[in-house]
Amino acid sequence: MNEEFALFPESASTAAPIVDGLYTFLVLLSAVLTIGVAAVIIYFAIKYRGGSAAFRGGGGVKTWVEVTWLVAPLPILLLIFLWGAKAAFYMHRVPDDAMQIDVVAKQWMWKFQHASGQREIDTLHVPVGRPVRMRMISQDVIHSFFVPAFRVKQDVLPGKYYETWFEATKPGEYRLYCAEYCGTNHSRMKGVVVAMTPTDFEDWLSGETADETPVIAGQRLFEQMRCDTCHRGGGQQSRGPALEALFRKQVPLVSGENVLADEAYLRESILRPAAKVVAGYEPIMPAFEEQIDEEGILSLIAYIKSLGSDAPGPTPQVEEEGPTP
Amino acid sequence: MSAILEPSPPPRPAKNYINVKYTVASWLLTKDHKRIALLYLAGVTFFFFLGGAAAVVFRLELMTPEADLVQSETYNKLFTLHGIIMIFLFLVPAIPAVLGNFLIPLMIGARDLAFPRINLLSWYLFMIGGVFTLYVTIAGGVDTGWTFYAPYSSTYSNTYVMATAVGVFIAGFSSIFTGLNFIVTIHKMRAPGMTWGRLPLFVWSHYATSLIMVLGTPVLATALILVGLERGLGLGIFDPALGGDPILFQHLFWFYSHPAVYIMVLPAFAVISELVPAFSKNRIFGYTFIAYASLAIAVLSFLVWGHHMFVSGQSLYAGLIFSILSLLIAIPSAIKVFNWTATLYKSSITFDTPMLYAAGFIGLFTLGGLTGLFLAALGLDIHVHDTYFVVAHFHYIMVGGTVMAYLGGIHFWWPKITGKLYPEGWARLSAVLVFVGFNLTFFPQFILGYLGMPRRYHVYDEGFQVLNVMSSAGASILAVGYLFPMCYLIWSLKYGKPASANPWGAVGLEWLTPSPPPPHNFARTPYVDWEAYDYTDPRFKPDHG
Amino acid sequence: MTTPTPASSPTTAERARVSEQFDDPQQETEARIFGFWLFLITEAMLFGGLFTVYMVYRYIDSTYTSAFVEASRDLDLFWGTVNTGVLLTSSLTMALAIWAARAAKGRLVFWLVAATIVLGSAFLGIKFYEYAHKYHEGLVPILNWPFHGSGDGLGAKKMFYTLYFTMTGIHALHMVLGIAVLLVLLVPAWKEWFGPENFLPLEMTGLYWHFVDLVWVFLFPLLYLIDRS
Repeated sequence: MNEEFALFPESASTAAPIVDGLYTFLVLLSAVLTIGVAAVIIYFAIKYRGGSAAFRGGGGVKTWVEVTWLVAPLPILLLIFLWGAKAAFYMHRVPDDAMQIDVVAKQWMWKFQHASGQREIDTLHVPVGRPVRMRMISQDVIHSFFVPAFRVKQDVLPGKYYETWFEATKPGEYRLYCAEYCGTNHSRMKGVVVAMTPTDFEDWLSGETADETPVIAGQRLFEQMRCDTCHRGGGQQSRGPALEALFRKQVPLVSGENVLADEAYLRESILRPAAKVVAGYEPIMPAFEEQIDEEGILSLIAYIKSLGSDAPGPTPQVEEEGPTP
Repeated sequence: MSAILEPSPPPRPAKNYINVKYTVASWLLTKDHKRIALLYLAGVTFFFFLGGAAAVVFRLELMTPEADLVQSETYNKLFTLHGIIMIFLFLVPAIPAVLGNFLIPLMIGARDLAFPRINLLSWYLFMIGGVFTLYVTIAGGVDTGWTFYAPYSSTYSNTYVMATAVGVFIAGFSSIFTGLNFIVTIHKMRAPGMTWGRLPLFVWSHYATSLIMVLGTPVLATALILVGLERGLGLGIFDPALGGDPILFQHLFWFYSHPAVYIMVLPAFAVISELVPAFSKNRIFGYTFIAYASLAIAVLSFLVWGHHMFVSGQSLYAGLIFSILSLLIAIPSAIKVFNWTATLYKSSITFDTPMLYAAGFIGLFTLGGLTGLFLAALGLDIHVHDTYFVVAHFHYIMVGGTVMAYLGGIHFWWPKITGKLYPEGWARLSAVLVFVGFNLTFFPQFILGYLGMPRRYHVYDEGFQVLNVMSSAGASILAVGYLFPMCYLIWSLKYGKPASANPWGAVGLEWLTPSPPPPHNFARTPYVDWEAYDYTDPRFKPDHG
Repeated sequence: MTTPTPASSPTTAERARVSEQFDDPQQETEARIFGFWLFLITEAMLFGGLFTVYMVYRYIDSTYTSAFVEASRDLDLFWGTVNTGVLLTSSLTMALAIWAARAAKGRLVFWLVAATIVLGSAFLGIKFYEYAHKYHEGLVPILNWPFHGSGDGLGAKKMFYTLYFTMTGIHALHMVLGIAVLLVLLVPAWKEWFGPENFLPLEMTGLYWHFVDLVWVFLFPLLYLIDRS
């Protein structure tokens, strides 16, 4: 972590050079234009100061000049747009081989859990050279996950999963901030991302006392909450639908529609089962809202996913459409 | 021959709008737009210094990375107070309600605004909104930030959110009524000969501003009503725990609050478009382009709100659309900058104080506008969003832009408003102080932002300290630069030299009536037979003495 | 240089009736009507924001759509329709009042304004009855009152009622304001002040009244009717 005075942030992710390239271009453009305008004003101010002998006849600025600066910015703006869009697409598309980390944000801490079970608070260990997908949700107000050295930022909202990803390129310790104002200790809601070489990371993982993996924790919760009394593995007489190979499947609802069984659907069906009832079943499942915390939900989803997925291959992204309450 | 068309300055009439009556009631119940403008001047000046005081305290706190001067609760309340006061009680009303109010009827040759009573009502609504904010300040503050993001504002914050929302809501109506009054006045009250093509650009720009006020502010009212209902009655609209959606609040809020940025900056364009020709004694270059650029900005301003939400979780494709639309706003803004600069070509420039502010404005607004491109570029915004880069950008527009223009305008029309000349030497000194102090305060914040310092941070990393100290040092210079005009302008009221009708030799109807103007502005309805900014017209020579 | 000729030279009598900032009565009337239309546009933007919120929730996802449809069936279609009729009739009496003033019908203006007030109050009364009914059914999602919705999508139903009460509540508030203004106008109406020359206050109140009516004409299908069958 660089605590020294600096004019440029550390660059430690695959996204950083893309963002820095655009930034440098825009800094140069701004410098040229600002200094240019200032220079012209100063030049005119001296040449055409009141009472100076400068030649003032022969007409002023021609109209074609106006048209020029009406049109000239267009290609530049288009270039900035495309460049910015390219960077955004890169940061939006999570690579298929990304390792997943679950994040629960709350006033005022960051909780992380690795797929292999290790839990961390305000410190996150990641390997260098491997994409890391952050699946994030907030337990209270809006927070924002921000690691300047990685040029990555994503708001973390309550009620819905949002994702971002990064791939660290350089071992080191990097600051993690909450960037969306979240109350009294907003400025203390920060942490450290420790990027390690893959071998160091493996050592760290094995040295940490791993908690249960999310899948195991989910299974334990599943039994503890007696979910298995109804969702009993595909039997014909079960009162609840089978969960095997459910993930990514199209589920028919009583309303006659189909819904994709993604993370958002699973989450909603645990918390508010009556919202979308599967065709052929009675709406008898109790709502688990306020009975289970965000980490528990994440574990349950991990467990359900472990029961098999309908669509083989990588998990598609959480869609990030507008308001979906 | 009408009196106003004679080459010699009109004689100073015995009665002007200031000395016509002296009672308190004659001020508090006045329907004269000029007196109401002065009431506003008193109000916004008070709030400007109150909001500024909050900034001074938190800039002092930010000299060190740790919390030493104030606690986090206090810090959060300070920046919230600063934002709410400066935006809703200073920047939004400053130029329109003071200068616009005073000048629009004078510039178009009307005796008053179309609805003088509503104009007075606007001022009272503004003050009531202000009183709510003062009450909140004294009672214990509010800590949501000026953006009131739900669910923090609607459910989690334990501070005076309701009273603040009510205050902003009421002040919003003041702004709606002002806009409505201006639009009707500009449409229906122009003097004979004052065609749309002859309107001063000041009036054009205020027309565009008024459109935004009338169309945008009600949506903010909707958002605030809904926050109030959620907070007060537990109706779930924004809080996911109650079944709502927090992103929806952001859509409603920014649908107003992005256009609101243009409510704050279009009037600044209005002022600069008067100052530049007046001090270069040249017809403004590209009158039509500037006028239509104002309208283009007003229209586009309603289509770009989503660029505040690039990392909020709106879809990537929505983000792309908002990105390109936001970049397009650069074109009408650039037109203005280039045209003001081109006006100087083959002109005859004098650097009186208003022109110093105008030149400063053009430079700072150029940089402020260009840094807007950084924020409109989708991939780059992800990094700089919610950092000091954003803070620096909008202070370049709002302080480097609007406040500079406001001060330039106040100096330019001070002789007209008060009938007194201000001391030029002091004024030039303070203009230079403001320019230097401003850049020292806010330029380091661009660097801080790209380094990754998030905004609204009370404690920060040691690596950011050097730049923060520079910023705080600049803020102290800026504060002095703002206090100076306060002192010498008040001084000039008593000791300033009396001003003639047209001390600058500027073109415009307002310079044909005495300083200060008589209660109904013109002895008789004027007739306009000159083009706007026609600096070859001999009737508009300076009349020193 | 020619001597400027004013656009029109008002007579002294005309001058006296015009506010000092205006040149002639026509300019004054035009300015007032134009200003009032602008005010109505701001009102339209306010309701526009609410309508947008409603549409967003209704169509964002199929659960919400079906829950909204189901919840809208619980609204009282009979009283809703009656209320629409009442309000439209009140618009008619309002329009007639303005006509009566322009046609110099004297005291008739008073009775028509009074009829408008009665009809407006009847609307509010019926609305209040509907609210009370919803309260007894336990369908008022405020202040943690118990919410007795049933079936699919309880949360979505709650949202429907949240928006129902917000939108109709703000609409009712506008009605109350309109009635208050009409009550004030009763006095000059009784004194037969309104006539072909003096109908501007009546006309502007009329515009407002029709606007509030129009809002209901949108609210009624949106809340009670769409997809109901």
